[in-house]
Amino acid sequence: MTTRLLFLAAVIVFAALPAALAQDAGLTLPKTVQAGQSFAVSSSGNGTLYIIGPGQVLKKSVRLREPLQLPAGSLVNAGHYLAILASDSGSQSATFDVLPSQNPARISFLAEPSRLPVDLSDGVAGAVYVFDRFGNLIVNPTPVSFELSVPSGTPQQHSVVTKYGAAWTKMSTTAHEGIGSFVARAGDVSVSRSVYQVAGDPCRLTMTVQPSRQGLQLQTDPVRDCSGNPVPDGTIVSFSESYDGGISTADVPLKHGIAKVDLPAHRGGLLSVASGVVLGNQIRWEK
Amino acid sequence: MKAGYLLAVILIAVTIGLVAIGTLYPVSTAVAYAGGEGLFTSSSTPDQAVRHLADEIRLRQWNRAYESLANKSDFTQDQFFHDLTGYYPSLRTYATLQSFGVFPLHASQDNADVRLELHWSNVVGPATSERTLHVVKTGSDWKVQWPLVKEPVVQPQVISQDYLRWDVIFRGPGDDWGTQNVDSPHVSIVDMHPVQRAEGVVVLGELLNQDVVPAYVTVSATLISKDHSPIATESCFDEISHLLLPKQVTPFRINFPNQELSNVGSIRMSPFSSLVSGAAGPVIAIDNEKINPAPDASLTGQVVNQSGKVINVAHVLGTLYDGSGNVIWVVDQYISRALLPETPRSFNIPIPEDLARKVASQRTVVSSFSFARGTA
Repeated sequence: MTTRLLFLAAVIVFAALPAALAQDAGLTLPKTVQAGQSFAVSSSGNGTLYIIGPGQVLKKSVRLREPLQLPAGSLVNAGHYLAILASDSGSQSATFDVLPSQNPARISFLAEPSRLPVDLSDGVAGAVYVFDRFGNLIVNPTPVSFELSVPSGTPQQHSVVTKYGAAWTKMSTTAHEGIGSFVARAGDVSVSRSVYQVAGDPCRLTMTVQPSRQGLQLQTDPVRDCSGNPVPDGTIVSFSESYDGGISTADVPLKHGIAKVDLPAHRGGLLSVASGVVLGNQIRWEK
Repeated sequence: MKAGYLLAVILIAVTIGLVAIGTLYPVSTAVAYAGGEGLFTSSSTPDQAVRHLADEIRLRQWNRAYESLANKSDFTQDQFFHDLTGYYPSLRTYATLQSFGVFPLHASQDNADVRLELHWSNVVGPATSERTLHVVKTGSDWKVQWPLVKEPVVQPQVISQDYLRWDVIFRGPGDDWGTQNVDSPHVSIVDMHPVQRAEGVVVLGELLNQDVVPAYVTVSATLISKDHSPIATESCFDEISHLLLPKQVTPFRINFPNQELSNVGSIRMSPFSSLVSGAAGPVIAIDNEKINPAPDASLTGQVVNQSGKVINVAHVLGTLYDGSGNVIWVVDQYISRALLPETPRSFNIPIPEDLARKVASQRTVVSSFSFARGTA
């Protein structure tokens, strides 16, 4: 048993020896390189150097004891690279990593939703991915700040450190409608998204009625939500009139904050108003 | 070999003979479809006179149909044509008369009353209309007195409208992943109720647009068996109003033919919405909505276009509730003629007899479409 284990260990050592000799004796380069930065490669012989990495291949001639200087911008894609020195006497190889730059240069910022009701806790979500100037995801922890500014009230701020290149947060909407600005910032880079805070469901929906040429004119008071924001024009208000044996209805959009419609007059008719799932007042027409 | 020649000669001779007979003595149907005389050359009975007229209408032979009328001097051929096809573009304009039914009501020596039922076919399905015709004897023939229905005249006027309109600009195809887009409208199902009918399972409910923008909506449902495997998936097509303005509610009805509710463990509902351009008008009021009890239970009323714009197609959807407020059925009907401003147009939607007794209340909505300016 012991003999077998010794034999196996010897096989593994002999198998790894060429690569180890090549790294140590033939090809010398840094273990890690920052994307876009210059670096030097030296070798113990003449030949052609190939550097193969994600989406990129370089070919350079090298001479004995003359370090090859690769200028800035030679390798820009982060990832694992393989360097091979091919010469008349054989080939030597080594591996190294190109790491993303530490300075954020671009942010992908997803803010959802773009439109939501006022006064909603944790209603807006923001997620960012931070990239360097070559488009490499910066996987090292990077501080990111989020700020949601709304037309009224103080801005909300959250600071988050990225994990594996991503950071996210949630913000709440305020009680007032309007267009808010949701900004994500990393280093000197910032990206802004618009968040529309819109009025909520109508609150205390009331109408009045008066005789008109066609019968009765039903008209709402200015329709507002429970925070006092005007409900947007175009919102449908449903009027109905129930009378002996029949009903008259009309779905009417808000125009300049109010909705109005003409319905036929029926003595004893019960008039009601609603919008979505919100019911308003009822009036019995006795005249 | 000789037998083969003989057979060929016989076949040729028979063919020539049949062609000659068909040319000299053609059947009336062939003549009519070839553009010759009508199917009925003689109108010796009131019934035949009405059939003659209906056939000419089916063949769209407006001139011959008009010429066959007893009271053609009362109106022009153009008025007769528009009475049948509509004065403004509508579903009827593009409909074809598929078939008709003739039902004598009473007859005497020189006049008769006949009910003519016209079965039209249009892009949204079949539609039936009927006219009661007075038929008079003129000489040896009977002729129909057409009861022309004149379109109400809308006074020339200018009506100003300032309906809100929403237009949408979506994210471009080349934009980055994180680039902001406009969200789809938020919609929710506010009521859902499955029922077992003779034809299968029917899922009924109501859908609300909770958002502040218009939404194109549809609903699909999947029946899940008691062992959690899907049985069938269907979506609603006609029995829903697909364009919902903010805070608007539409009923929906999804039919699962040949399914048993007893086999269903649960139902998975999938409302779908997308943001579309739209306008907050025109307003269509519904007057005199009534549930008429059995027999011939129906939902009736009149739709009134309160705008100054002609609405070419209107779709009426009725939601029927029981005493507890549950949706028990959804009915619908397309108005085959255009809605003119401030001109009531009647609808009459049949209700299943067994459900009519349970109906405690109803709610009717109308969706509309205008050819000239897109959806409305």
